[in-house]
Amino acid sequence: MYGNDFSTEPSEPLNAAETGGVEQAMAHEDRRAQLLSEAEVADRQEQFDALIAADQRIEPRDWMPEAYRKTLVRQIAQHAHSEIIGMQPEGNWITRAPSLRRKAILIAKVQDEAGHGLYLYSAAETLGAGRDELLDALHSGKQKYSTIFNYPTLTWADVGAIGWLVDGAAIMNQVPLCRCSYGPYARAMIRVCKEESFHQRQGFEILWALSRGTSEQKAMAQDAANRWWWPALMMFGPPDAESSHSEQSMAWGIKRFSNDELRQRFVDMTVPQAQKLGLTLPDPDLRYDEESAHWRFGEIDWSEFKRVLSGDGPCNAQRIAHRRKAHEDGAWVREAASAYAAKQAKRTAQAREEAVA
Amino acid sequence: MSPEAAVTTQVRPQALARYCLALGDDALILTQRLGEWMSRAPQIEEDMALGNIALDLLGQARALLTYAGEVEATYTGEPARSEDDLAFFRDEREFRCVHLVEQPRGDFAFSIARQLVFSTYQYALYSRLSRLATSPDPTLAGIAAKAVKEVDYHRDHAEQWTLRLGDGTQESHRRMQAGLDEVWPYVDELFTDTEDAAELASAGVVPLPSSLREECERRWTAVIEQATLQVPEPTRRSRGGREGIHSEHLGYVLAEMQHIPRSYPGSTW
Ligand SMILES: [Fe+2]
Ligand SMILES: [Fe+2]
Repeated sequence: MYGNDFSTEPSEPLNAAETGGVEQAMAHEDRRAQLLSEAEVADRQEQFDALIAADQRIEPRDWMPEAYRKTLVRQIAQHAHSEIIGMQPEGNWITRAPSLRRKAILIAKVQDEAGHGLYLYSAAETLGAGRDELLDALHSGKQKYSTIFNYPTLTWADVGAIGWLVDGAAIMNQVPLCRCSYGPYARAMIRVCKEESFHQRQGFEILWALSRGTSEQKAMAQDAANRWWWPALMMFGPPDAESSHSEQSMAWGIKRFSNDELRQRFVDMTVPQAQKLGLTLPDPDLRYDEESAHWRFGEIDWSEFKRVLSGDGPCNAQRIAHRRKAHEDGAWVREAASAYAAKQAKRTAQAREEAVA
Repeated sequence: MSPEAAVTTQVRPQALARYCLALGDDALILTQRLGEWMSRAPQIEEDMALGNIALDLLGQARALLTYAGEVEATYTGEPARSEDDLAFFRDEREFRCVHLVEQPRGDFAFSIARQLVFSTYQYALYSRLSRLATSPDPTLAGIAAKAVKEVDYHRDHAEQWTLRLGDGTQESHRRMQAGLDEVWPYVDELFTDTEDAAELASAGVVPLPSSLREECERRWTAVIEQATLQVPEPTRRSRGGREGIHSEHLGYVLAEMQHIPRSYPGSTW
């Protein structure tokens, strides 16, 4: 509905969801029935291993190792939390969007993020982790969300930069998850990636308009790119050498590519887009390496990443306080809804009894 | 859209333009208030539902403001003001919304009470507007025909929540009644027969606002009573929004909404 209608846009793919990865995941062939009937062994672990080895999906009713379940719950919950916390920095601009068309696109986007949160909490539920329990873990700080949302949206251009860079990086991470070994997660990711792809284009479009605008608008766009570039690169997680869960997740078909691989792909895809926008990126070491055909970039400041992750970022406390307040302010509403539902159920049962008598 | 078609001999285009602005401003300012809920709702489903209502209202506002600008151009001789010109570059006194939509979002019960009143009113208005089959103004009838389907959902959403909150817990009952009490002083204003509306109504272009009242009261009274609540009888009544006399809240809504385009005049976004 809110398609991208800027006529001057580059026609080539703008993000990883536009390079066929989602379609490839959708074309995945389900050979579970055949595999499960062939497996003579009753051993549950062997059956699980056989499904993974054949790149088949694990479904909620299947037996799975406890560590696999735990890893998935942690990852899906963190992803769900990121979607709903991400509503805040963007929601921050709904009442101030500079045109009615942009306002409509932004409301639809924030609404999509709420929807993504819902799909993901439902996927976690299939693993036995209820939404209430996960929200409690978010509110108490036991579970995390993507640390990118601990940065503030200070100007309208930040809404563009979030779409272009943050959604763009998220898509790069998520397209491989459309082929994740856990069925409900993979299916949720297919829906999510399609919508994220719109978000990324819309973000690019915001910056496109600014970069063709007045000198003040250009400066606004450049400032946003300067502030969001490095945090976006950090979204792929620590370098491979320090990544703690990666190897096992790869073996289980949850993760398909390493952090550094995905980061490199993102840089390769995004630098030419920055050039199209007429924006520079805040990295003096950024240069094209003919031999490897990659854009080489400078050292990431991992001390900043760790600092923000551990709670010392500009918005950590604000994001959680906002989230908790919404939850606490809404407690009486949720209680009323369940009380009313219980009364209604009782009334229906009574009416039925009377009808029988 | 052909504004010429609308400008019939009986109706002054000035009246039609102001009428469309009034309806558009109602929808736009309530969009702002609903937008404040996103990320603050009691549950994620409500972030989505309130966002959805905001999005529908914004769509209505855009169509109505665009049309108001076109009609206005037929008598000013100036190029038509766009939806954005009208939204971002009019001052408080030029806005024509009712006080109801200007009020701060309050708690969830207040927002639901406001939505119950506003969606019931909008449903009655748009269904009558869209049924004016031989409408001298097909554009307005077309906008109404699309909107009535959206508003039907908004009204249902508000009614369901009124029932849940009214007949839920003691606290929710108390809050929902308080929400209704707070909203009711703003009900009258919706049904005021302004000069513009009366002129358009006598030409059969729009329904007379006061003629919508009975249908609305019947509908919300039934819901409120079923929710074990009472229809308030306020002593205070808001007035003047359609003439640009607003509550103090509107200035802040506009300051927030208009700040960016006004800080960078002549820019496109
Ligand atoms: Fe999302
Ligand atoms: Fe997104």
